[in-house]
Amino acid sequence: MVNRNIRPDHKAILGLVKSGSYVLDLGCGEGDLLSLLVKEKAVKGQGIEIDEQAIYKCVAKGLNVFHGDIDTGLSEYKDKAFDYVILNQSLQQLRHVNTVLSDALRVGKKVIVGFPNFAYYKARLQIFFLGKTPMTGSLPYQWYETPNLHFLSIADFINYCRKNKLNIEQAKFVGNKFRILFSPNLFAQVGIFLISK
Amino acid sequence: MNKRKIENSGSVGVVEEKRFSFDDFTLESGEKLNSVIIVYETYGLLNNDKSNAILILHALSGDAHAAGTHQGEDNLGWWDSMIGPGKAFDTNKYFIICSNVLGGCKGSTGPSSINPKTNKPYALDFPLITIEDIVNAQKKLIDHLGIEKLLTVVGGSMGGMQALSWLVRYPERIHSAIPIATAIKHSPQQIAFNEVGRQAIMADPHWKEGNYYGGPHPVKGLAVARMIGHITYMSDTSMAEKFGRQKKSDAQPFKFTADFEVEGYLRYRGDSFVKRFDANSYLYITKAMDNFDASEGKPLQDVLEGVKAKVLVIAFKSDWLYPAYQSKEIAKACKLSGLEATYCEVNSTYGHDAFLLEVEEETHLILHFLKKVTSEYEVTKGHGK
Repeated sequence: MVNRNIRPDHKAILGLVKSGSYVLDLGCGEGDLLSLLVKEKAVKGQGIEIDEQAIYKCVAKGLNVFHGDIDTGLSEYKDKAFDYVILNQSLQQLRHVNTVLSDALRVGKKVIVGFPNFAYYKARLQIFFLGKTPMTGSLPYQWYETPNLHFLSIADFINYCRKNKLNIEQAKFVGNKFRILFSPNLFAQVGIFLISK
Repeated sequence: MNKRKIENSGSVGVVEEKRFSFDDFTLESGEKLNSVIIVYETYGLLNNDKSNAILILHALSGDAHAAGTHQGEDNLGWWDSMIGPGKAFDTNKYFIICSNVLGGCKGSTGPSSINPKTNKPYALDFPLITIEDIVNAQKKLIDHLGIEKLLTVVGGSMGGMQALSWLVRYPERIHSAIPIATAIKHSPQQIAFNEVGRQAIMADPHWKEGNYYGGPHPVKGLAVARMIGHITYMSDTSMAEKFGRQKKSDAQPFKFTADFEVEGYLRYRGDSFVKRFDANSYLYITKAMDNFDASEGKPLQDVLEGVKAKVLVIAFKSDWLYPAYQSKEIAKACKLSGLEATYCEVNSTYGHDAFLLEVEEETHLILHFLKKVTSEYEVTKGHGK
């Protein structure tokens, strides 16, 4: 039974995770995705989150969470300790993308990455016609208050995987409400990748 | 967090001290105590299958009186804000136990108790005790109460050490543990502060190698030890907020009277402490804390391998006596051993004292954690039948 109100990116990730698996959610926020995975896929879940108020929300949902920084929180885990490591909407906010991704690929058998697509056509139009830093559904921040450090497109991430010899096992492209099947780098707001080493 | 009102929370009311005694207690050192008394209090009701019991573990200067008041007195238990109907440790649901530690001076056997061999107080004839001895005595009490498995063991500071010791020693006897503002073992800095406190006591001419019972007690030394303690329990910010550089009054009869509010406070704290605490107990208990190493030299994660209990670790940002990194080490060991664990560092300015003061945050974390532990416990229990 899948709830209609589930965020489209969460819905996409739900489809990538096998039931009963062991999941680490990096930057789990208030734990919506993790508790969804616990409910729908009976995963054994662990979250890491930096925001104290979000931790309280996670605890209220009955989740196991660690209050801390993703950039330093992974090195202590053993190799292949998790079936999946999830970096949903957190990759673009990391200081050390390379280190965290390679650590995630070490401690997880598979890694799920979800990020806002900077090359979404509406973002392109805003830059081209208005000459302004774009604001879209998946990039809702003004330039002076954005938590994002990196602005990448779906094409960028595919290139990154190719360059670092990472296998893209599955990719899902999410629009406002629907999955995007055609020219995702132009039409998708969010890219979700299942990758492995 | 949201300043949510804690509704329907009340007091456990008037409570009574209880006593449990047993003979021939062998300590970790191999030494024996012929008879031991452990004083304890309980709040709430033990259910029929004895599955709702929680053991509260007190810190260095605490005692069995954790909640409510004693008949004819008005001082509340040391964790009254957390224990009672509708509170974090809800006495409508749970059966709460708190006992005075072995080596203490609030009813349980310690250096000020009468040595049956000499009919005089033990003083320094009392054997050195460890945190494990304290926990072993608690286990005797839990056995005596017929409780097979505790819902949780919880405490701050030295109480957290006991919680860790339960987790390592008797994991099959607990469903969960909540170590708060504590450490796997003391750092040199923590040992150093304790040593200064001990030296202050032993430098007092009234201490007399511990044989002061019947005469004047080493109150000056013990008061200084307590003053040092209080400095380490607060933070720079909390002291500044509480005292500033406020002077007590303008005219001073003597050059070195307590001019500043903070001096007056420390003196008051020291003076009131000596009325309720025994100097030798202070020596024995601080030594037990310094010698404690939850995993006895091994990495904690190795010792926790295969343990099924759930763990909630709580630390406080401004706590510099038990800095958050020490709690993080506990959480990290749980992580590595595959234990289900949660770690939260509460943004508090109260320093180490925060574990007694940040009631709202602790209530939220503990309330939900216990709810989860209880629900999963009932599921497993159901399967077993």
